[in-house]
Amino acid sequence: MTLADQDLKAAIAVTRFGLGARPGEIATARPDPQGFLLAQIRREGADAAPSNGETSAQRIAALREFQQERRAERAEKTADGQAGETPDPVKMAQNLLRKDTGADFTARVTLAAATVASFRERWALFWANHFTVSATKLATATVVGPFEAEAIRPNVFGRFADLLAAAESHPAMLLYLDQAQSIGPNSQAAEFLQRGRPGSGAQPVARRAFGLNENLAREILELHTVGVDGGYSQTDVTEFARAMTGVSIGGLRDQGQAFGAPVFRAVAHEPGARTIMGVRYAEGGREQSGAILADLARKPETARFVCGKIARHFVADDPPPALVERLTKAWASSNGDLGRVAQALVSAPEAWETPQEKFKTPYEFIVSSYRAAGVRPSGFQKLAPILIALGQKPFSAPSPKGWPDDAASWAAPDAIVKRMQYAQAFTAVATLDRDPKDLAQDALGARLSPDTAKAVARAESRPEGFALLLMSPEFQRR
Amino acid sequence: MNVHVPTRRGLLATAAGFGLSLQVVAVPAMAADPDLARRKVIVVICRGGMDGLAVAPPIGDPDYRALRGILALNDAALPLDATFGLHPSLAATHALAKAGEARIAPAIATPDRARSHFEAQDVLETGAGGVYGATSGWLNRAVDALSAHRKVEALSVGATAPLILRGKAQAASWSPGRAVDAQARLPGLLQDLYRNDPLLGPALARGLATETLAQSAMAAMGPEAPNMTAAPPQPGATPQARQQQGREAARELGRTLAGFMREPAGPQVAALSLDSFDTHANQGAAQGQLAVRLSYLDGVLDGIHTGLGPEWKNTVVLVATEFGRTARVNGTGGTDHGTASTALLLGGALKPGGIIGDWPGLKAQALFEGRDVAPTLDMRGLFKGVLADHMGLDRTVLETVVFPGSAAARPVAALV
Repeated sequence: MTLADQDLKAAIAVTRFGLGARPGEIATARPDPQGFLLAQIRREGADAAPSNGETSAQRIAALREFQQERRAERAEKTADGQAGETPDPVKMAQNLLRKDTGADFTARVTLAAATVASFRERWALFWANHFTVSATKLATATVVGPFEAEAIRPNVFGRFADLLAAAESHPAMLLYLDQAQSIGPNSQAAEFLQRGRPGSGAQPVARRAFGLNENLAREILELHTVGVDGGYSQTDVTEFARAMTGVSIGGLRDQGQAFGAPVFRAVAHEPGARTIMGVRYAEGGREQSGAILADLARKPETARFVCGKIARHFVADDPPPALVERLTKAWASSNGDLGRVAQALVSAPEAWETPQEKFKTPYEFIVSSYRAAGVRPSGFQKLAPILIALGQKPFSAPSPKGWPDDAASWAAPDAIVKRMQYAQAFTAVATLDRDPKDLAQDALGARLSPDTAKAVARAESRPEGFALLLMSPEFQRR
Repeated sequence: MNVHVPTRRGLLATAAGFGLSLQVVAVPAMAADPDLARRKVIVVICRGGMDGLAVAPPIGDPDYRALRGILALNDAALPLDATFGLHPSLAATHALAKAGEARIAPAIATPDRARSHFEAQDVLETGAGGVYGATSGWLNRAVDALSAHRKVEALSVGATAPLILRGKAQAASWSPGRAVDAQARLPGLLQDLYRNDPLLGPALARGLATETLAQSAMAAMGPEAPNMTAAPPQPGATPQARQQQGREAARELGRTLAGFMREPAGPQVAALSLDSFDTHANQGAAQGQLAVRLSYLDGVLDGIHTGLGPEWKNTVVLVATEFGRTARVNGTGGTDHGTASTALLLGGALKPGGIIGDWPGLKAQALFEGRDVAPTLDMRGLFKGVLADHMGLDRTVLETVVFPGSAAARPVAALV
């Protein structure tokens, strides 16, 4: 390997696989760029972003209690003859969002901006996006951070089957994709809700609709495992949804441990054997859907679909087929060991040789700007409007498919103008006493082009030079 | 006491917070036929699978009440004819329908049957016969085809580039935000730095040009617009007040789009997205989460109509979604992914008429796969009808370039 190659590899290690170079980082990676990345893979998973320590269960319980209190208050006021104040879920959510979600999100950006293992962090972000839970629903607005901490981060270098099981049984996912309330149409619970308690002669107790909801079952197949071309039918979706009934979270009647935590409600589970994608699953409780998930994790369609997505995220919008092949083989030979897949990724020549054309998402752009400047992120009050303007509202992916990461989605003309405005504002306040030429060298290493170096050197002020660096074609890409 | 008077940009930023975004394709009026050159078309995409049976409830259909259960609208619906009504949130749309300037297509679908949001949105936006059939958007190809006859510019407003406008024709984009500082050096320096960048160079140039257009359009709308003085909601505002604020923000977005389209160099073709129509649980009937989203849709349409003023008569607005939802209410007070839905067609250029396409009814045997409204009309037929008769796009180009392989989906005739 030539010296120039080694320099370029060091820059690629830190900017393509990682989240952008902090001052001095490319030099650190230079002696062994590949080893620099391999050393970040560890069995115990990704780093935990600091939080206030509240679990998903506690957050869910707090939201429900709050809603109950509000309802009680309103009932009291109405009884007093005062005008009943309607609880305002949007405002409530905003308050909770600011306090909990805002803190979680800021902690995650802070971790990304400061970590010395930013490949590990990018790997975790990939999986959090693969198993998207979005704060776009009130019920999930406060649990996106805890979901990542509890279900995703500990499992990102373990077996895919374990990550899948953790994500699909997590309360945040059950709420986000409506699984928590799905009830088998022929279950005891359905019978009870329809006819009242057997033998009691009581009136039906259902005050709202109940029954099957196939949202989570469909998205597991389409987005999390085999993919839309994975060979399943509408019947498979419905059968899977039936098998999933009973997988729920503890509610107000389950005081104690189960409150807001995952539970299996045998009474809500649809009885009977199920057949999904040609495989018959015997009648059973929680283990029935568990067996289906385990089989989905093992399917070659899953390996191919997910490995294609990894290659697209890390290397190119249209990745080299040889790379996808390598990842799929590593997956197959290790029984879906994600640490081994990560090793295969950083060991694949295609992952280094493919031109640096991946266009950064807004989150990646903002994080890499903090890393380049070597500063801590601003608080959520400043962070949120920036990301909203750039089209990536904190923790609020527009759909269960998660955020796109292709250039066609993010390089719209308006987006470039908005990035330019951010770069202007950021560099105007970031107190930098360094020469922008040095900053540029530190941020891009051998990837710095002569044109950008010249433009930065000619800048009339430090902020202008730094803004030109952030907006340069090579800083916008990885 | 400080009186907070939101700026237009501020109000529009609020709209972004409500999940509204906007894309516009500009086609300057340079056609040989000056009448044709004034014609405008706007496509509104409702993402998430909008429930057609809630948009235009078939309250006169004998099977409607039983199927819809707690979601049935019945007396709350705004009547259209003996069978159909409109959702009560769509009051402005209803007024247009009564004036013969809005119609419904109640059983329309793309060729896709997979009930996947992402696949169905791809098919809706690429205009292909199936998923992965094309990588560019049909509106982009339509603009590109129009460019063969006159200078055509494409502009997209919104933080992300929508697939419907991706492709060969360079689409600009714009979204609400603070104005670009015209005095700053950075835009010029960057244009120089991007001179060899095929992605960022054209994008920045187009973005800056659009900023100029936006500033002109906003100045032309003037400060006297009544919504400019709408106060932000007070702390503890009711959901109704919030919904009203959301509708106002949506209306402002529609008015802004209209302002762009009234500019001399403004767009003739526009697309706009609204999201959060994926109502699996607690969908609501006359009120509730879907009612709120529909009120935003109505706000956007109202804003477009009032903002366009005299240009409304030259305009057709298409409202479409990737698929409809199950005819039956599901187990959680919502509806799951279905097939046919309702499209809306609005505009001063429309010929009055009844429903577009046939109504298959809601009898058990009439439902698609026993669960969804059965499609009787291919979405591409509606799009082609508008592009052919209203925009003057050549029939052969429509069949081969804009919607390749769609000959079986005949253009809906006599819409305009």
